[in-house]
Amino acid sequence: MEVLSDHNWVLTVGTFLPLVGVLIMLFIPKADEALSKAVAIGTAAATLAVGVFTLAQFNYDKAGEMQFVANAEWISVIKSSYYIGLDGISLPLYFLSMVITLLVMIYSWNHVPSPGNAKAFYILMLVLQTGMAGTFIARDLVLFFVFFELVLLPMYFMIGVWGGENRQYASLKFFLYTMFGSALMLVAFLALFFTTGAESFSIPYLIENGGEIAKNTQIWIFAGMFVGFAVKVPMFPFHTWLPDAHTQAPTQGSVILAAILLKLGTYGFVRIAIPILPDAALEWAPWIGLLAVIGIIYGALGCLAQTDMKRLIAFSSVAHMGYVMLGISTLTSFGMNAAMFGMVAHGLITGMLFFVAGSVKERYHTLEIKRLSGMLVQMPKLGWILGFCAMASLGLPGLAGFWGEFPAILSAYQPAEGLNVTVFRVYMVVAAIGTVLAAGYLLWLYQRTAFGEPTAEFAAGHGHDEDIHDVNKFEWIAWTPLLIAIVVFGVYPQLMFKVLDPAVGVTLKAFGG
Amino acid sequence: MLSTVAPAWTAPIIDYHALAPEMVLAGGIVLIVLLDLFVSDAKKWILTPITSFIVLGSFLPVLTLALNDGGVRSLFDGRYMVDDFSLVMKGLFLLSGYVVILLTADHLREGDYYQGEYWFLLLTSLLGMIMMASSRDLISIFVSLELLSIPAYMMAAWRKRDLRSNEAGIKYYLLGVFASALMLYGMSLLYGISGSTKLVDISKYLGTDLTSVRALAVFFIIVGFAFKVSAVPFHTWAPDTYQGAPTPVTAFLSVASKAAGFVALVTVIFVGFPGSHDVWQPAFWILSALTMTIGNVLALKQTNIVRMLAYSSIAQGGFILMPLAVAGIDGVANSALRAIVTYLLVYAATNLGVFAVVMVVARKTRSGEISSYGGLFSYAPGVATLMTMFMASLAGIPPFGGWFGKFAAFQSLVSAGTTWAYALAIIGGLNSAVAFGYYGKILREMWMKPVPDGDTTPLTVYSSLSVALVITSVATLVLGTFPGIALHFGDIAGLAGAFGK
Repeated sequence: MEVLSDHNWVLTVGTFLPLVGVLIMLFIPKADEALSKAVAIGTAAATLAVGVFTLAQFNYDKAGEMQFVANAEWISVIKSSYYIGLDGISLPLYFLSMVITLLVMIYSWNHVPSPGNAKAFYILMLVLQTGMAGTFIARDLVLFFVFFELVLLPMYFMIGVWGGENRQYASLKFFLYTMFGSALMLVAFLALFFTTGAESFSIPYLIENGGEIAKNTQIWIFAGMFVGFAVKVPMFPFHTWLPDAHTQAPTQGSVILAAILLKLGTYGFVRIAIPILPDAALEWAPWIGLLAVIGIIYGALGCLAQTDMKRLIAFSSVAHMGYVMLGISTLTSFGMNAAMFGMVAHGLITGMLFFVAGSVKERYHTLEIKRLSGMLVQMPKLGWILGFCAMASLGLPGLAGFWGEFPAILSAYQPAEGLNVTVFRVYMVVAAIGTVLAAGYLLWLYQRTAFGEPTAEFAAGHGHDEDIHDVNKFEWIAWTPLLIAIVVFGVYPQLMFKVLDPAVGVTLKAFGG
Repeated sequence: MLSTVAPAWTAPIIDYHALAPEMVLAGGIVLIVLLDLFVSDAKKWILTPITSFIVLGSFLPVLTLALNDGGVRSLFDGRYMVDDFSLVMKGLFLLSGYVVILLTADHLREGDYYQGEYWFLLLTSLLGMIMMASSRDLISIFVSLELLSIPAYMMAAWRKRDLRSNEAGIKYYLLGVFASALMLYGMSLLYGISGSTKLVDISKYLGTDLTSVRALAVFFIIVGFAFKVSAVPFHTWAPDTYQGAPTPVTAFLSVASKAAGFVALVTVIFVGFPGSHDVWQPAFWILSALTMTIGNVLALKQTNIVRMLAYSSIAQGGFILMPLAVAGIDGVANSALRAIVTYLLVYAATNLGVFAVVMVVARKTRSGEISSYGGLFSYAPGVATLMTMFMASLAGIPPFGGWFGKFAAFQSLVSAGTTWAYALAIIGGLNSAVAFGYYGKILREMWMKPVPDGDTTPLTVYSSLSVALVITSVATLVLGTFPGIALHFGDIAGLAGAFGK
């Protein structure tokens, strides 16, 4: 593979810089919270600076090729190497993870959830960042696995220590589901390694040779990976950990989970499962599509039944990831582009929604929808932001959400050659109904919480005036970039599509583009 | 034809370099016994540093042998081999022994136990272990096994006036002796049918042709070692013994003694019975599946930390056994051996670290209950972080050592490629998820639960314990992030004489 740039240190630095911050933070006394926060935010900012540099150096004319490639010896005995690279598919997610981490850290400046201990909280976020970024650049399955798993413990602690009432149950459930999935995934990786001649764990090598594996074997190997990735996405019926994890996680945890962690699963499908095992992908695609549309409807119905705002947003994630998976399951360039766009858009929008939910919770100390009302009266700015995000989330044209959802539905009209057209058209209709439901639950949520007059208990002069204030400085800093991005990508989606498209084309080579 | 004239006896040529580790230890044992007699009680503490020097002194020739690229050194007519495998395992035993000495140092002083004898027993047991790593003959294997076991029986019962400790020793002793008897019976059958005690000769005789007597002999020997490595259903002694024995002794049993059992098992299987895989492969498949599943399930409901660790160690043994279920398949033997050695290295580092933390915490809380770990992170973040790391490693979560042990084990299974191998790999995968149920319990206590009684006096970590913590945690982390290092030791050219090679 041609090395397009000499800057092959960029990715390594961008990925591991947060760990340097962690090392420094270990020597800061726990009591000095401001210093801990400052160092952590500084590290995240420096990481983002490296990210911006990466963005600037990226050769957009060759977005389909791996850039900044580094390939060093790591575990030579098992033929696994430290092989990293970045193309148009990884770039948006890689960069998004850096942005989200920094914004979440800024937001946390005066929002460290109970029981406090800012030092540990920030350290966990930095470790998470390394795991997330690493997953998106890994070009070796073992390396991918290590990064993929690296995010587990920090998120487990984030939910379990800083979460809500039921945090221990939620964190354990999150962990066991993921662990179970990744165990099967690992066996599948190993099977892949041996069925391709035990030569290498490198993804390009496996893509080149994976097609040779007998179809039956492919289907089994795909099944192992499917479980691992589907749990992470999460796809129906592996989604049950998600509402619990999201509801119990602190705001920061929810944002990171929604914005980045869920994408590790879909990314796995796009980057590993589908290009390496094309025959199996064709066999599996209708089933993936089926589970995706079930997820869309099920998530939407789940949303309609929720009484808690955060849980509602969590269920909406299940539905949105359903669109992403539907796009992927068509195995067309059109659907895959939509899915990749949808991943980023969902990250921005749902991340924002969780931010807002966190701020609502902070002000009202509850997220029970029926106790909230008249947000626009009491906090017009926050109310408008919630409205904006709800519109973006339901796929309003002109905002980012639209470009993930609409093309994904459309792509099901004409799936890849070899897939049953009728089946996918049925999926298309069902998914379209899902958008109606999405509009329903989001508008209904907005109507109930933002319109009208504040409920009696939160009306002015009832002892809550202290807490109920509009968007503050740290929230503005953390949110503005996301809000701008939602608009920019909504108005000018080409910005991202032109990066994604060449890389998607390469990924789908086995399906005739 | 019996010749009437006995051949003239010639002294064997002894490679003193190859035997140096054993000789240093043997000399050290004598030295400790003498010093214990002549040093006054007030100066008994001096035995501790001397013992650790003896162990390190014995490690030195292991290093020089490893660096000296002299190939396989065969002694005593090929009944005693110094090859890569044995050197790596000797290094493992001696370093584990060294960490156990660090763990014991303050424990002994505080408990006012008899020091000299303890060191004498520990060194003797270590000597048995390093001999085991080189033994390629039924007799030397048996002698090594007893040499390492008998002192361990006594060490388990070290707290004389504690009933639990007595129970620990007695249970360990009775079942251990029973296992030895079974094994001896198997060995006698083998000798009876093959006329030799040398493993290589036995393997030639056994071939692949299995009569019922041969199968029985192989089976008895496997059962004997299954006791030693506490494989289900021969595990029942382990929880009681681990819980009753003094904690450093438990650490020693669960790491070094267990590793020695595996070394013996691997040697016997690879060198002695390579052709009989029709007997031992299914046996190990069942043992491995049972051991990890039952060990895990029973560990889930434990409330005492040491007892939980006992079941955890049983379950880990199941993972170590996994590769043996396919080791007889063409081309898998080497990767199976590598997986076992790698797993043992990682497991030793991690598990010793766990016990070091257990000792640090127990000093303060005076309790063995898991609930006594409540809120540890809030008042002892350093120790809690180390424990988190060790637990994550045992659970197999990257980037801590344990994941690579599991990876290597899975790898050798999948490389076999048979349906049975895949089935075992999937059972192993499910088990590694289940295992988080109890490893996570400790994490939950430390991070998410309040401090019991609100007692947040900081922990005191003695210098020797902190050295042990540093050694084990660095090893756990390095083995996890640069597993190539573990493999560098694990990448042994194979066991000398294994599979008739």
